[in-house]
Amino acid sequence: MNQNSVWTVLLVVGVVAIGTLLALPNLFGKAPSVQVTRDDGAKLTDEDRSQVSAFLDTASVPYLDSYVEGGWLIVQFASAADQSGASKVLREGLGKGFVVALTLSPRMPAWMRALGMNALSLGLDLRGGVHLLFEVDMDAAITQRLDMIGNDINRRLREERIRRNVRVVDNEVRVRVGDPADLERAEELVRESDDPYDVRRSVIAGEDQLVIRLTDDQVRERQDFAIEQNTVTMRNRVNALGVSEPIVQRQGVNRIVVQLPGVDDPSQAERILDATATLEFRLVCDGENAFDAQRRGRPPLGCELFTDRQGQPVLLKRGAIVTGDQLVDASQGFSEGAPAVLVSLDSRGADEMLRTTRENVGKPMAVLFVEQKREMVQRDGKEVPVTRTEREVINVATIQGVFSSRFQITGLDVVEARDLSLLLRAGALSAPVYKVEERTIGPSLGQDNINRGFMAVLIGVLAVMIYMAVYYKVFGLIANIAVIMNVILLVAIMSVLGASLTLPGIAGIVLTVGMAVDSNVLIFERIREELRNGNSPQASIHAGYEKAFATITDSNITTLIAGLVLFAFGTGPIKGFAITLSVGILTSMFTSVVGSRVLVNWIYGGRQVKRLPI
Amino acid sequence: MELLNHKSEIQFMGQRKFWLILSLTLVLISFASLIFRGLNFGVDFTGGLLMEVSFDKSVDLQALRTDLAEAGYADAQVQSFGGANEALIRMLPRDETNSTDQGNALLKVLHEIDSSAQLRRTEFVGPQVGRELAEKGGTALIFTLLMIMVYVMFRFQWKFAVGAVVALIHDVVITVGVFSVLHLPFDLTVIAALLAVIGYSLNDTIVVFDRIRENFKKIRGGDVVSITNLSINETLGRTINTSMTVLIVVVVLFFFGGDALRGFSAALIIGVVVGTYSSIYVASALVLALGLTREDLLVDKKIEDDGQP
Repeated sequence: MNQNSVWTVLLVVGVVAIGTLLALPNLFGKAPSVQVTRDDGAKLTDEDRSQVSAFLDTASVPYLDSYVEGGWLIVQFASAADQSGASKVLREGLGKGFVVALTLSPRMPAWMRALGMNALSLGLDLRGGVHLLFEVDMDAAITQRLDMIGNDINRRLREERIRRNVRVVDNEVRVRVGDPADLERAEELVRESDDPYDVRRSVIAGEDQLVIRLTDDQVRERQDFAIEQNTVTMRNRVNALGVSEPIVQRQGVNRIVVQLPGVDDPSQAERILDATATLEFRLVCDGENAFDAQRRGRPPLGCELFTDRQGQPVLLKRGAIVTGDQLVDASQGFSEGAPAVLVSLDSRGADEMLRTTRENVGKPMAVLFVEQKREMVQRDGKEVPVTRTEREVINVATIQGVFSSRFQITGLDVVEARDLSLLLRAGALSAPVYKVEERTIGPSLGQDNINRGFMAVLIGVLAVMIYMAVYYKVFGLIANIAVIMNVILLVAIMSVLGASLTLPGIAGIVLTVGMAVDSNVLIFERIREELRNGNSPQASIHAGYEKAFATITDSNITTLIAGLVLFAFGTGPIKGFAITLSVGILTSMFTSVVGSRVLVNWIYGGRQVKRLPI
Repeated sequence: MELLNHKSEIQFMGQRKFWLILSLTLVLISFASLIFRGLNFGVDFTGGLLMEVSFDKSVDLQALRTDLAEAGYADAQVQSFGGANEALIRMLPRDETNSTDQGNALLKVLHEIDSSAQLRRTEFVGPQVGRELAEKGGTALIFTLLMIMVYVMFRFQWKFAVGAVVALIHDVVITVGVFSVLHLPFDLTVIAALLAVIGYSLNDTIVVFDRIRENFKKIRGGDVVSITNLSINETLGRTINTSMTVLIVVVVLFFFGGDALRGFSAALIIGVVVGTYSSIYVASALVLALGLTREDLLVDKKIEDDGQP
């Protein structure tokens, strides 16, 4: 009785062996590393690797190892000091086109890496980093769309020489025509547009007007576009920042979550991420007196009044020659010793620029910096967000000669030039965003959390093991072996899943240890009961395992339900807890029922046993 | 070794009126505290800014408060956290123009007060997100309870399901009540702990229910109360013992897991203790109060056939 079948032994030995192997990479710890990628997404090769090694050798920065994985190049260092030294050397040496980011990489031997094995990655709360949640301003996205429609309608009516007044009010475009007889024709023109808007006539202020609204589908489409496009832009910006393993993803209807491991100064990241800065190039209203216009409070026809960085008024022509979305590249540089942004335009922008400069040689042109800022204002006693557009002239220069696709912008300081070039390169946000949540964990706290978590696991496991050994003697020791198997399997599965370990996740492991012995307690108590009822040791073992099984399943499934709900509802670190708890329950069912049974059978099975040490 | 005499014959069900009154009193106290005292909600739920800062030397909290008030942060709550060199600063969302820069501004002020100020952690949660997290947490709790109810109904019978779930609500209410009475900080990790408590506390209850079902089949005759009582006594060693192992690890977490896990482990400690008590005294008593009969368990053919213990 109680003999192991060959298959069960093979299964348990196999699972434990594979589990141990897969959990092994975690034993080697993590090394401070530098990750090199290309900003165009191309893969790096061994050639790049030798180039990087050459740079480091020349600068005599010692490194441990380097390898190419998934198109990235990872270089490992013995200390954080070497790591930061190397990142500086590489940023300068590799130059444009490469992104150098600080990271942690598993220090496992090369053969494990070759087998595609993975170590647990650490969550933000353990390695330090920034978690940001942005909300996309959907109202602004809709207003922008309406502005475009309004401009389009205005143009069509102008071409037909209809006197009109087009305004965007709330969620609609209102068109008033000078001559009521034109209303019919105007409506026809509006209806001719590519998108079938919701167009109707309405009497506003005693006057027949055209009211154009977006249909529900169009609103949804526009919102979807805004969030998708913003996600892409933010991803580009994050990549340009040089952060390893960042996460940028849409969350729900109107949110974007950004996680930047290893970033300890959230202010720079934030300044770049939620900025809506872009540029416009405009001609200056030559020959007009800007100060007069400012005093009168009314700009001359066809002009708009702005101020420059010194607060002086500048009059610019309405309508931009080129806008920021026509820029294809921008980089930071210097022009005659002053910081500058070097920009390239796409072909449409270049054509426009060529035409304008050809016609306007010797006249001044201005660069307008456009930024949307979000503010909270009190309205009816409630706080409501309002988006305000700030425009500032950053530079006015005389057009010296004809140019088209490539030129430079001056008038900024070094940081502004760097930020602006990054923003222009990464693309504009299609709608303003604002931060609704931020969590930053400093690197020192991350390390403390790791130490504490590790300590808690160690003490927790030891305490439970001692309790079990005292209470159940040999059977307690068997349960302890099952507990160790359980932790190994849990770590192995988490490593394979690529899940990241968080502090609540560590708590989940500790809790799993406490709960995993639960099943063994059930079995052992049952065996004791059977023994008390006068059954033989062998029969008691058999009945104990047999009868406890359904109870174990029931009680574990209910905990699993809680774990799964937590996984579905939780975010961030809480999710980490849910994962370890759920996986831990599953592995514990295996180790405490199947695993411990194999051990018990191996020790006591198939022979005469007078007393069970339980 | 055995902590308990395995021949225990405690009349749990005989005294069930007393225990139900005790539980009812605890639940009422919890509700009263929740209504009149409320919960010490963390930034997760209220929204606002929380900043953990460490300094070179030990912090004089009173001086820091004064300095911050002078810098225009009179509303900042300053409290000690972690070691003597650390402080926790908390502010509600501000009405000023740009709330996103609040954290940076505060850090700058701290640097001016003491240049060694080093940021350990910040949490900024917008009021909208705070409300959502609270809603989500509440939904998760209710959803878990519902799913567990369905599961127990499917595996046992509706009277057991109601008994189990009411016992779980009892556990959650009392745990939250203790948080309210002691004014412990209540954040997202506490919600996670409550869910774990629900999942865990049910373990013990299920074990007792399993045994009641088994004994109904095994023992012909014998009234419902005495069979229930017998079942609780038979599983008592196991109930106490598994609670002990879980209690060991959560106490370890409480003392060694650091401040970040303190609320979480506190909720688990309270929850495991209350959950163990309710599995013994409350859940079965409720099932009896609902009028459990022998037929309730034997009518179902499926259950009889699957060879349950």
